[in-house]
Amino acid sequence: MIDYVHPEVPTQDKRWRLVQAEMRKHGNAHSALIQTLHAVQDAYGYLDPETLERVAANLRLPLSKVWGVATFYQHFRMKPSGKHTCVLCTGTACYIKGAGELQRAVEEYFKVKLGGTTEDGELSFLSARCVGACGLAPVVVVDGEAVGKLTPEALINHLEGVIDADQ
Amino acid sequence: MSDQTVSIKTLKIDGRDVSARADETILAVAQQNGIDIPTLCHLDGLTPVGACRLCLVEIAGSNKLLPACVTTVREGMEVFTESEKLNRYRKMILELLFSERNHICAVCVSNGHCDLQDLAVRLGVDFIRYPYLHPVEKVDASHDRFVQDDNRCVLCGRCVRVCGELEGAHTWDFMGRGVQTRVITDLDTPWGESDSCTRCGKCVHVCPTGALIEKGRSVAEMAKRRQFLPYLTLMRQEDQQ
Repeated sequence: MIDYVHPEVPTQDKRWRLVQAEMRKHGNAHSALIQTLHAVQDAYGYLDPETLERVAANLRLPLSKVWGVATFYQHFRMKPSGKHTCVLCTGTACYIKGAGELQRAVEEYFKVKLGGTTEDGELSFLSARCVGACGLAPVVVVDGEAVGKLTPEALINHLEGVIDADQ
Repeated sequence: MSDQTVSIKTLKIDGRDVSARADETILAVAQQNGIDIPTLCHLDGLTPVGACRLCLVEIAGSNKLLPACVTTVREGMEVFTESEKLNRYRKMILELLFSERNHICAVCVSNGHCDLQDLAVRLGVDFIRYPYLHPVEKVDASHDRFVQDDNRCVLCGRCVRVCGELEGAHTWDFMGRGVQTRVITDLDTPWGESDSCTRCGKCVHVCPTGALIEKGRSVAEMAKRRQFLPYLTLMRQEDQQ
């Protein structure tokens, strides 16, 4: 067995220690990848390539594998998110109840494409396959809180309110 | 090796009585007996994954069509590798592959040396009933010897497997999901900047289409050489014994 240690660039970043702790908890096993990606996103807010390289080296996984897993799940973000996030549910019930209109309304009003962040960094507009609250269709999750039975106008109002609240 | 302990099964493929080791797949047994089942993602020497579904076969007593490359034999099994139903499904799979990206043979470097094209000819695909999606995918020519053209990729995963299993570099993998799935090197880094790539070119030569090619090839010039594959696999097995 060759004892290969992937060269690692030292970092003073405290957030990295949190990620390291998570990996150690799982014995730096290959299978700890998804847990570790969660830890990275919790600590950094998103997955940046440099940190993913560190993760790959520590878990002894190929870079392409790490990138493949990270991009497979919609939960993981590859870019920094805005101050607020609005996750649009694109499940069947929400789709029928007008998720498409909500999407168009937000895209037009905030000038942001689904999956992107507004230029001022205030709002990230994301989608989820289904948030599991079909009774509230069409539903969005704003900053972790589900808001249901929306019309395009109600959604814009709600988002304006959330953004204005801390200004 | 414990060859003695492996039991032998007898079964029927296309009405012919054949025998096989219990751990062999229907595809392997068919090939040994000169029965040619169409395949795309399969390549001798790589782990079968059952991704393309072209090797689907019918088995008496089952409504399901099963992929021959990952289905092991059972005693008394009756396998049919050709039927109207199978042909219909196989053609449909090919049509879906053709419609998903850009497979215009006339302008492809792999024209005449393409597994996808050969299959279409063999199965008599003369019309694509689905609308072509024609997405605009990237062409990565950053490598000094090779080019990756996502527009021709069928996501069979041969490159991913040969790189991980035989070369041991695992430079390739899939990213994303569904219709957005793409084959990438490292962290979706341009191929030419990939640190893990050993530039061995195995991926290029196992690629069934013109998705991975050598630089400087023009239309119909990209013939692939795969003679190394069974040889490498054999040598590995010999080493382990």
